[in-house]
Amino acid sequence: MAVITVERKPLTFLERTYLPQIAGGLKTTFKHLIAPKKTLEYPEQRPAIPVGYRGVPTLVKDPNGREKCVSCQLCEFVCPPKAIRITPGEIPADQADRAHVEKGPQAFDIDMLRCIYCGLCQEVCPEEAIFLQNQFSMSGYTRAEMVNHKDRLYELGGTLPDAHHKWDKKKTAEEHGNAH
Amino acid sequence: MIAPAKPDLVTVNIDGQEIAVPKGTNVIEAARLVNVDVPHYCYHPKLSVVGNCRMCLIEMGMPAVDPATKAPIMDPATGKQKINWIPRPQIGCGTNVSPGLHVKTISPMVKDAREGVMEFLLINHPLDCPICDQAGECKLQEQATGYGRGYSRFVEQKNVKPKRTQLGPRVTLDDERCILCSRCIRFSKEIAKDDVLGFVDRGSYSTLTCYPGKKLENNYSLNTVDICPVGALTSTDFRFKMRVWFLKQTNVIDTESSVGANTVVWSREGTIYRITPRRNDEVNDTWLADSARVLYKAVKAADRLAATETIEALVARAAALFKSTPGAIAIVGSARSTVEEQFFTRHLATALKASAHLVSRVGQGDKLLISADRNPNVRGALVTGLIKTLPAQQLTDLAAQIDAGKIKAVVAINEDLAAAGLTAAQLAKVSIVYLGAHANATSAAAKVVFPTLTVFEKSGTFVNQQFRIQKTLKAVPAAAGATDDLVVLAQLVAAAGGAALPAELGSLWKVIAAEVPALATMTFANLPETGLVLDATPYAALPFVEGETLHYKPAQPAVAAATA
Repeated sequence: MAVITVERKPLTFLERTYLPQIAGGLKTTFKHLIAPKKTLEYPEQRPAIPVGYRGVPTLVKDPNGREKCVSCQLCEFVCPPKAIRITPGEIPADQADRAHVEKGPQAFDIDMLRCIYCGLCQEVCPEEAIFLQNQFSMSGYTRAEMVNHKDRLYELGGTLPDAHHKWDKKKTAEEHGNAH
Repeated sequence: MIAPAKPDLVTVNIDGQEIAVPKGTNVIEAARLVNVDVPHYCYHPKLSVVGNCRMCLIEMGMPAVDPATKAPIMDPATGKQKINWIPRPQIGCGTNVSPGLHVKTISPMVKDAREGVMEFLLINHPLDCPICDQAGECKLQEQATGYGRGYSRFVEQKNVKPKRTQLGPRVTLDDERCILCSRCIRFSKEIAKDDVLGFVDRGSYSTLTCYPGKKLENNYSLNTVDICPVGALTSTDFRFKMRVWFLKQTNVIDTESSVGANTVVWSREGTIYRITPRRNDEVNDTWLADSARVLYKAVKAADRLAATETIEALVARAAALFKSTPGAIAIVGSARSTVEEQFFTRHLATALKASAHLVSRVGQGDKLLISADRNPNVRGALVTGLIKTLPAQQLTDLAAQIDAGKIKAVVAINEDLAAAGLTAAQLAKVSIVYLGAHANATSAAAKVVFPTLTVFEKSGTFVNQQFRIQKTLKAVPAAAGATDDLVVLAQLVAAAGGAALPAELGSLWKVIAAEVPALATMTFANLPETGLVLDATPYAALPFVEGETLHYKPAQPAVAAATA
């Protein structure tokens, strides 16, 4: 292997005093003293979350405050780390505004120690009921605390606008009946 | 029903492949033999052909002959006989093969026809897949993906029909999902002989309903759920319990009666969700009784026994009991046990020099899939040599021996002695060793109780009324505190001074094959899925109680079956 000899230039007088370098460093320091802050006082201040951010998976309700999930268990099926566990159940016929949906989750658990925030559950959901929203911080003292149950998931999810109103349309059609 | 295949063969050409099939076969079945899928909804191999779904449209043609001379017309381009293709598609289910028949299942015309049929079927089909129990095993889903157009042109309002109709105690009907294939109607009429279903109204208003004032409540009603190609008929028991794609399928044998219907047990993580039939053309075709589908509830029953001691401690106590009552021990084996367990029972009887008793259960046969003998394995006990004659319904001999003080200890295997006619006083008089899965009067009176497994938790074999030995496999892990019957019996045989027997089926079957002449050539692993028919001639003189059922005719007139 060829040896390349790098010539080491001798320092100039100014460089030997170190003063230009100190001045340059101080210039950067003073610039940042005056410039707007880049850091946040977390957790009092929270960062702005970009569109499409994949935070903690949540369940959402429709604009009428009704549960959207019908417990089809596709998210449970698609979930790569098997973080989701659903117990399906039947909606009793006496719930006038939801009985026509027939099926809803009895229990819906997402183990946030398993969740990898991949967003496949949101992608696969045929009812647009599960969304990875802006919440990014989950903490707890026990493993049990890190499992989000149905109530917590709805609390985190809130209500999102719905473009389809699938079940409302279905109910209208049912009341309208056939044009016999 | 399709006429039974006659031996004479007909050569047909399906998508360029020549195949010889029995005369009377239809195009769907012929295509299946060359691994060509002809999609269909209404056609079912065990039901009559109606040809109303139009999904199995194919193109067909016959070799051209000169009308006058009957000489073949050759195609100069290929040098082969010219084929006269019918210019319109034909249904595959209603077309029986004829010599020289040519069929095209992949042509532009067939593709168009299938897309058209799929579009019509989907017009009024609701978008229920997320809440539909059939999703994942739905022919409409599969064939819409495989043969459909892929998008909908329908902008009008879909039809509205009743959504949550209870057709009977076990079947729920969603009329919107129904594609009017009429399989359920034909099943009720032709197989169950309970003609309660039918269509009312016309055109797109056609609706499946029960005859007014009647219900779909015969013991075969859930077969309509199995054969429904869509999610219109669903099982009320399985409704909304679990999606099918999570379920593991295990081949099991129905232990309800000596028919030995082949079943599939669907389970997830050790919990059984449903039982469906498995096709076996020699035993149960594609059917299964409703009563056989709820047997899985015994696995998680509240009265399951669980051990409070180690198995070694229990065996030691049983061994001490055997030693204290030499020559005064009786064994009550079970015709509900597997062949392997009966083989072990025989060894236990030999080791203890005890007499072996069995209990017979007789009910009313239904001439279809429930026979009069409600024990699944009486013939297994005969084959393994546990018994020589047919068992009685009551243990009167044993009761007399207990009263006479000749018997001081009883080993009861899977049998409730109280139910078999022993009184509480007689039970109290003897020391009982009980092996069983559930609590009963015998387990309460027993000195030593070995909690064992239900049929869904163990592998083994059963010999049905046709002397067909069939394999059942372990569907779910053993319940906590319960031990495999074979492990318990092997240890009991050893404790009684008998030969050391392996409790593992692979090695055990080597021992069974060596000792039981009728099973000399068998191993557990090579037993075919459809079972193996054993030689029944040594037992021809025995008065079996079974009457005629599907695929079974008694060799001699059945004795009058007592209704139990």
